[in-house]
Amino acid sequence: MADATLAIERPAPRPRIPEWVEAILVRLAGIVAALLVCAVLLLLQGYHPLLAYADMAVGAFGSRFAIEQTLLKAIPLMLTTLGVTLTFTAGLWNIGAEGQLTIGALAAAWLALNHPSLPALVLLPGMVLLGLLGGALWALVPAVPRAYVGMNEVISTLLLNYVALLVVDYLVFGSWADPTAFNFPYSPAFSDTARLPMLFGDVHLGLVFALAATVVVAAALGHTPWGYEIRTSGASPGAARYAGMPVTRNILVAMAASGALSGLAGMAEVSGMIFRVQQGLSPGYGYSAIIIAWLAKLNPWAAVPVAILFAGLLNGGFALQTSKVPAAITYMIQAAILFLVVAGESLLARVRRARAAAAQKAALGGAR
Amino acid sequence: MSEDQLVRLLAATIAMGTPLVFAAFGEILAESSGVLNLGVEGMMLVGAVAAFIAVVVTGSPWLGVVAGMLGAGALAAGHALLTVTLRADQVTAGLALALFGGGLSSFLGKSYIGVPNPAPFAAISVPGLSQLPILGRSVFTQDALVYVSYVMIPLGWWWLYRTRPGLHLRACGESPGTADAMGIGVVAIRYASVIVGGMFAGLGGAYLSLAYVPAWTENLTAGLGWIALALVIFATWNPLRLVFGAYLFGSVEAMGFRAQVLGIQANTIVLRMMPYVATLTVMLLLAFWRRRLAMPSALGLPYSREQ
Amino acid sequence: MADARPPALVELRGIVKVFPGALANAGIDLAIYPGEVLALLGENGAGKTTLMNILSGLYRPDEGEIRVVGERVVLRSPRDAIERGIGMVHQHFRLVERFTVAENVLLGSHTPRFRLSPGQVLEHVRALGARHEIALDPRAYVGDLSVGERQRVEILKVLYRGSRVLIFDEPTAVLAPPEVDSLFAGIRRIVGEGRAVVFISHKLDEVLRIATRIVVLRHGRVAGAMPRAEATPGKLATLMVGREIPSRPRVAAARGSLRLRVEDVAARGERGYLAVDGASLTVHSGEIVGVAGVAGNGQAELAETIAGIRAPLRGRVWLDEHDVTTRPAREIRERGLAFIPEDRHRQGLVPAFNVVENAILTCYARAPISRGGLLRRRPARTHARRLVEAFQIQASLETPVRALSGGNQQRLLVAREAAQEPKVLVALHPTAGLDVASTEAVHRILLELRARGVAVLLVSEHLDEVLALSDRVLVMYRGRIVHERPASHADVDEIGLYMTGVGEPP
Repeated sequence: MADATLAIERPAPRPRIPEWVEAILVRLAGIVAALLVCAVLLLLQGYHPLLAYADMAVGAFGSRFAIEQTLLKAIPLMLTTLGVTLTFTAGLWNIGAEGQLTIGALAAAWLALNHPSLPALVLLPGMVLLGLLGGALWALVPAVPRAYVGMNEVISTLLLNYVALLVVDYLVFGSWADPTAFNFPYSPAFSDTARLPMLFGDVHLGLVFALAATVVVAAALGHTPWGYEIRTSGASPGAARYAGMPVTRNILVAMAASGALSGLAGMAEVSGMIFRVQQGLSPGYGYSAIIIAWLAKLNPWAAVPVAILFAGLLNGGFALQTSKVPAAITYMIQAAILFLVVAGESLLARVRRARAAAAQKAALGGAR
Repeated sequence: MSEDQLVRLLAATIAMGTPLVFAAFGEILAESSGVLNLGVEGMMLVGAVAAFIAVVVTGSPWLGVVAGMLGAGALAAGHALLTVTLRADQVTAGLALALFGGGLSSFLGKSYIGVPNPAPFAAISVPGLSQLPILGRSVFTQDALVYVSYVMIPLGWWWLYRTRPGLHLRACGESPGTADAMGIGVVAIRYASVIVGGMFAGLGGAYLSLAYVPAWTENLTAGLGWIALALVIFATWNPLRLVFGAYLFGSVEAMGFRAQVLGIQANTIVLRMMPYVATLTVMLLLAFWRRRLAMPSALGLPYSREQ
Repeated sequence: MADARPPALVELRGIVKVFPGALANAGIDLAIYPGEVLALLGENGAGKTTLMNILSGLYRPDEGEIRVVGERVVLRSPRDAIERGIGMVHQHFRLVERFTVAENVLLGSHTPRFRLSPGQVLEHVRALGARHEIALDPRAYVGDLSVGERQRVEILKVLYRGSRVLIFDEPTAVLAPPEVDSLFAGIRRIVGEGRAVVFISHKLDEVLRIATRIVVLRHGRVAGAMPRAEATPGKLATLMVGREIPSRPRVAAARGSLRLRVEDVAARGERGYLAVDGASLTVHSGEIVGVAGVAGNGQAELAETIAGIRAPLRGRVWLDEHDVTTRPAREIRERGLAFIPEDRHRQGLVPAFNVVENAILTCYARAPISRGGLLRRRPARTHARRLVEAFQIQASLETPVRALSGGNQQRLLVAREAAQEPKVLVALHPTAGLDVASTEAVHRILLELRARGVAVLLVSEHLDEVLALSDRVLVMYRGRIVHERPASHADVDEIGLYMTGVGEPP
């Protein structure tokens, strides 16, 4: 507030619509507006937007196969979203889920490629562990300087994504290259014991990982002292420090846990769907995760449906390519949703402030 | 190293550094006024693709430059609307911009991949100066946009530190409350800085597709926008220091590409990691030295008079 | 009443301004005449600053009109106000610390229009200072100046724009007594030039010293107005408060064992300078030790060092005979230290959290709130409800703290720390910016803790507060404790000298 003013308690005006409904409405409006904006761009490029969107919907949810493919893509989206949710809640801008996913995948693949004959009961848990560890360590690279010398984590986590992609190149063009693949950039295929069991259709065990991780993250954030510390650090770093919370340690733990979740996503991708290491392990899951986390208001439960929706968007985009519309349209829609929802949220905050002031004025006007 | 190799390395260093000079200078403008715009990568990509489309359609590289700057400026205007007027979180808005620019550029540029540039900028020798040993054939045998960057940097410094508009711009970044109380239009200055800053990012992108590569491929910038953001910190928000940083990174990239020429035996993929690793190393050293104390005091904070 | 005067420079009529949560101005009329020092007297929260922010164009009034030399004007921005000859010397200086004095003076003006050549600019500002007898180096960075010097930069800025009405918002709040004298001399010079000064204050003695006319504000309304000649302290105080302030009966301290001992502590401030440079003090059970001093002399850094939030360069801190130097803040809290930080919005509370989540900020890790690795909702709510009821905090448990009034926020913060059953409480400016009722409430809590045998270290900018509450008074200057007296033997003038460094031993 501007200065010390005459303190009058708020008469607590009951808003006509609860705030959480407003939040959902703003998000829906943002999605619709994003689709409209992109429809205009489609039109300008000479495509028929309605047909394109219809194709996307069919590609995403129009058949049993489409739904399976959508759920399959929702797995890495859910896991990376949980990861960035943890760090965003702590006030850390970890933009490096993409790289953490990649390194997690590579760590898991290392075991699968070097010890293909191990029994699945040893190999798969080992790959999970290495995936978690790989992602966590990759996240600690920017986390340690952030925690101890305050290095900007936005830029560092992002640059490490590019490095991680080059590490993949280095391996698939080098020592991991499949000798039978005529210099195509990918590794040999995993043995059967290094592949995650299927739940139904193409959907693998990773879905269980993702749902279990959702429960764990939601419980940790909402019902443990650690989660309270993380939320406090995000909402007010100063208050966390002055309350004597272990701020430095929590930065490291939150980043490592976040990286581990993305690393697990990478493990699930190579072990459940791709079955080898190749270029383009992730079509930008780590970036979509940022948008999903934001749309879900950093709520792990809400992230599940939003992740499925975005997985559908991604699948729909691939389906479009057959009709010559660039798949990039999905990334544009995603980013436009984020952009417009951020705008909507800020506008809503403004309306709320004005509404509170008006209610105040009315209440005081009566008294005067 | 022979003189020829040195000349080629120097020339490549400057060419590689130029897009960084443009983009980071734009970001210095925006950040000096107090608005962090993380969308540099997206704005550069849109600038690059818009410029390329324009040159293919019109055949004029200068119209390409204009298109690139306008395209990126339009994106930046969106950022300004979100962060200045709506007071949205600048980090989130900037990320949204980066992602949107990336998607938009690949969408628009899909059909231009593999299309040759009909009128790329060509190297021009500066009369007289190009006769200098070594420098003549590297520094003074470049394309027109590089010469623009030579002029822009001292001019930009002069504008920021020796003129009233520059003083007011910096005041908005240091203490918007003070600037406002002194009758300076904080909102207008922030809008202008963000938009003009975005246009420079677009110019950086246009340089890639019109002069450096000169063609369009998906994700043409490959992280240069993020490196430009790191450079702003390296330069401590000063355009003159920025030049050193940009050419330093230019030389790292140039060496990567010219390793064979220099007779260095190394894996090209490892060499391609060099700019990122070098950026991270420099950021780490800067964090140790606490250089960010030179950061505009109100960077990243939305301003509202009545709160 | 204004019949015999020259025409008013500025007139305000029926000004109303509403903020979310507060009615700051409820219909105020005010006229300002040339050559006068008009004192605007009122408590914190009476609406003085809001009114002047409206006059200086920073806020727009919700109702009412402003006339400048008889002509009705709409002030859309500070620039409008400046162009009409109205300039404000803000309480929280409107200065850019990383700019030089000259750059700050030039900010927002029209001359020179475009090119700023360093030499010419310096000459401009030097000449202006000389004309108004204000000594300042135009090349100095404002961040390096003392508070008094910064205030002079503010005045220079307003004069540079040719203002005829100068508004001083609580100008003495941050000054030591000798600096106040030189400020008053400056104000008299300014009105001597035919300009008008509006002097905003809540300090009776200062208003009586400098004003030629006095207007008292209370609850956003004009409670009374009179020429200086008719004013008496009693009359003004009654108008200001609306009731007599109950004087606190002084209970003798039951001073007990040594709780807190600080020896030769040195620590760096936020920007790396030596903020605390060899400070030593002790606090015993059942006493309040007050630390007086002009803000920025290392008080906050000292308190933070004691609380384990800032690492000392040297020196030792003992809590109950345990050496807690360089121990983590949490461990020091576990050992019985409670801490009220300076900035409740950024350090003491989490504005986005509700009352319950704020109430457990410093006890969430202990049973019964945390048990079996889980954070339990019900004990947390019980704890919060106890605080709200016991300390009369007007808020529901689910309200975000951001929506509470400043007074209720601070009550919640102080209540939370008091409820830790501490052995030692370190309180940094616990009543800054509060209304009378909340200030009273905070004082009551501090005295109650003292009665229960808590050792209280109270840091405050308000000398009156330090003198009213403390058993012993310390003065901090440039990172050191330069003076110590039992409160019963404290001499205000002497303390004033020490606060400005005059009394410092060579």
